[in-house]
Amino acid sequence: MVGYIWAVLIGIGIIYAFFSGNLNVINESILTNATEALDLILNLLPIIVLWTGILKIAEESGLLEKFANFLNPILHKLFPDVPKENKALGYISSNIAANMLGLGSAATPAGLKAMNELQKLNKEKDTASPPMITFLILNTAGVTLIPTTILALRVAYKSASPSEIILPAILATLLSSIAGLTLDFFIRKRNQKWK
Amino acid sequence: MEIMSKIILPLFVLIIIFYGVKKKVNVYDTFLEGAKEGLITTFNIFPAVIAMIFAINIFLDSNVLVFIINLLKPLIGNISLPMEIIPMAILRPISGTASLAIMNDIFMNFGPDSFVGRFASILQGCTDTTIYVIALYFGSIKITKIKHALWGGLFADLFGIISAIILTNLFF
Repeated sequence: MVGYIWAVLIGIGIIYAFFSGNLNVINESILTNATEALDLILNLLPIIVLWTGILKIAEESGLLEKFANFLNPILHKLFPDVPKENKALGYISSNIAANMLGLGSAATPAGLKAMNELQKLNKEKDTASPPMITFLILNTAGVTLIPTTILALRVAYKSASPSEIILPAILATLLSSIAGLTLDFFIRKRNQKWK
Repeated sequence: MEIMSKIILPLFVLIIIFYGVKKKVNVYDTFLEGAKEGLITTFNIFPAVIAMIFAINIFLDSNVLVFIINLLKPLIGNISLPMEIIPMAILRPISGTASLAIMNDIFMNFGPDSFVGRFASILQGCTDTTIYVIALYFGSIKITKIKHALWGGLFADLFGIISAIILTNLFF
């Protein structure tokens, strides 16, 4: 998927440049792109390193786990089909907790384990079960409390107040999560009626 | 409101370090260990960043967007928003690196404190790469009938984009 889009972006860009006579710009773009990528990485590197360091402390001290436990009661309500003592809920909460703190590398393994547990409960193995769909909608909305890469770039481009976007970003996430979950809720209701 | 945004980051750092010390974690060594992992992660994403910056820049520099927007104008009317927003909104659910590359471009051209700069920041922060996550998670357990997972996720993303526009206007 990403491969196609990558190729299409380059293809459209170059072909359009051929026809519009924009070749000088494209030549310059090709030659300077890699340097721009290096600048971007150098801008991101320090804060990613700093933040993964700090988050490692949260992981080792058990704070992440505590945070995940705090989410558990809310999750029971969102996943009525999953038995309370099932491991899946634990993995889902660690996935969401890790995502919230911007710990993507810890979130993905927990998310994959959650899917594995949900699959064990699933009756039709090639079809997505309702809890899986709810989990993915929740996950793709991606509630992040500390968006480190964005903050790093805002600092690099000399924002007067790099962190001013944190609160509106959290609110936007909440709104989009609620929208996704509401849609999911109504589709579920409708499917139940048909049964 | 602005104060709230500014409190979150320092408060997090304080809580994490304080809790670590309380639980007798060797905070300094643990920090170094985690930081090293971060260094490796960043090096691992470098090729993807080069690839995406390359593609996005060729696409944006070719000015094909102006052409596309002109085609769409009769349909959507005149929008005063900078047009970089459109590819960013479209690419956000597909590739985090691609939308990051566009955000970088927007910061470079308009600055992070411009309307688009703030909008791009909020948009980048408020949603994850829906299509990638769905492909990865369902792929890992070999599920092929995904029902409304994709539409639900994209619907949430659409709401995220609309919220981002409204909140940028409301906050700044």
